[in-house]
Amino acid sequence: MRRAVLIAVPYLWLLALFLVPFIIVLKISLSDIALARPPYAPQLDLNEGWAGIRAFFAGLDFENFTFLTTDDLYWKAYLSSVRIAAVATLCTLLVGYPIAYGMARAPHEWRPTLLMLVILPFWTSFLIRVYSWIGILSTEGVLNQFLMGIGLIGEPLTILNTNTAVYIGIVYTYLPFMILPIYSALEKMDESLLEAAEDLGSSRLAAFWLVTIPLSRNGIVAGCFLVFIPSIGEFVIPSLLGGSDTLMIGKVLWEEFFSNRDWPVASAVAVVLLLILIIPIVLFQRSEEKAREAGR
Amino acid sequence: MRRFSWFNATSLTLGFAFLYLPMILLVVYSFNESRLVTVWAGFSTKWYGELLQNEEFLDAAWVTLKVAFFSSTIATVLGTMAAYVMIRAGRFPGRTLFSGMIYAPLVMPEVITGLSLLLLFIGIGLDRGVLTVVLAHTTFSMCYVSVVVSSRLSTFDQALEEAALDLGASPFESFTLITLPIIAPAVISGWLLAFTLSLDDLVIASFTTGPGATTLPIKVFSAVRLGVSPEINALSTLLISIVTVGVITASLVSKRAAVQRRREEQAAQRTA
Repeated sequence: MRRAVLIAVPYLWLLALFLVPFIIVLKISLSDIALARPPYAPQLDLNEGWAGIRAFFAGLDFENFTFLTTDDLYWKAYLSSVRIAAVATLCTLLVGYPIAYGMARAPHEWRPTLLMLVILPFWTSFLIRVYSWIGILSTEGVLNQFLMGIGLIGEPLTILNTNTAVYIGIVYTYLPFMILPIYSALEKMDESLLEAAEDLGSSRLAAFWLVTIPLSRNGIVAGCFLVFIPSIGEFVIPSLLGGSDTLMIGKVLWEEFFSNRDWPVASAVAVVLLLILIIPIVLFQRSEEKAREAGR
Repeated sequence: MRRFSWFNATSLTLGFAFLYLPMILLVVYSFNESRLVTVWAGFSTKWYGELLQNEEFLDAAWVTLKVAFFSSTIATVLGTMAAYVMIRAGRFPGRTLFSGMIYAPLVMPEVITGLSLLLLFIGIGLDRGVLTVVLAHTTFSMCYVSVVVSSRLSTFDQALEEAALDLGASPFESFTLITLPIIAPAVISGWLLAFTLSLDDLVIASFTTGPGATTLPIKVFSAVRLGVSPEINALSTLLISIVTVGVITASLVSKRAAVQRRREEQAAQRTA
């Protein structure tokens, strides 16, 4: 009896506030926009009994999804989100790997401090960390002042409100997610393997490519997924650092909902976004399971 | 004795400079006299004064703290229950769906979570305000709590609970006297995580909020959209210092606790 209550309480909460809302999104994505409150049709009218339910289902169609394929904006936004997320993930890997490597090879007594320094920004507000780059990247910003001060450039660079700023923002905010799994993979590595490789005549660089990188593969894969998956649906970074031509689907959904007030299309955008995300999520889960089995 | 190689020292220095310089600049410019954030015009604390007199920001801060406190507390209770169910309740109908619903919100884009909850609240005719934001935050942060707590639950020795039951404790007593003290650190970090997530959230709060329930991130976001402002720098500095002090204190406390535990274990071994 007590066990049933224990299961039922979180179960019902998640059903009511996670699954049901999602079914509503699915349903509204099949509805049509209407000048009414709430602004979509058809509405389910249970007072009319079976006829009402039948009329309701007859009113649902895939029109919004067809619309998403016909209007360039949407598929371009999906593609560009995936591209931006992929490029940013690669940059994060290139920035994060040397840091994780340096941490894993640091003296033992330093490691807890270094680890804390990586985690600390994660506890600081995401919004503030994104905001901090506005003052750096703007035309009169710190970076341009510095570069012009040392005479490297004559004209200020336009970085803010471009895709470059979005990449920088993603790399900056998601860096801890890349560093931590790579660090934990590298830390477990047996360094005598490197000595063995060098004894057998391989150069240090070759030993790095042939031994260290493959042994940290699980960390790299996990880090990349942890950066890639959330960046696709990112809203704050493109809207604060990106320009008007930065197309990301999270921003499109937001504008569709708040500016155009087209709830059915916003819902359809959400459903398709989720379908796109399922691929990397399933791949991630598989690779995690494989890593766990190999670890046993 | 290990030392830093020059390569590792360089990559760590550059890496941490990249992580910390933006925040340091933010703090420095919060003490700038000029409203133009990019021109240094001398030291001043006037933006802090203006911030503390800004009623809108203070109201928003109060709403945010309220929301964070209630949502993280409910989320900790529900998340701990969910973790317990996942690790200890064995098989029950719908278990797969349950674990799916716990993990899905972790990877769900915030725009979708926000949109779907808003549509639910409108659908059932619930007026949007503090309550709806609390419900929304509780739902996604309970999943984080349950992940943190279940990783602790899955590593601890179940024989301790069984021993308590054999010695005549009721299941409830065994939970409060044995299980809870052991998983307490995980429960507390789960609560802290939920609290921070709630303080931080812009997207889900924007969807589910209503009149009179503007949270601090919403306020900051609308101010920041117009560009850099020294008040926001001052606010950021305050938040960054609170977090820094909190995290450093927490790590010192847990370090002391670890040392203490080791000492007790050694003492116990000596007496044995």
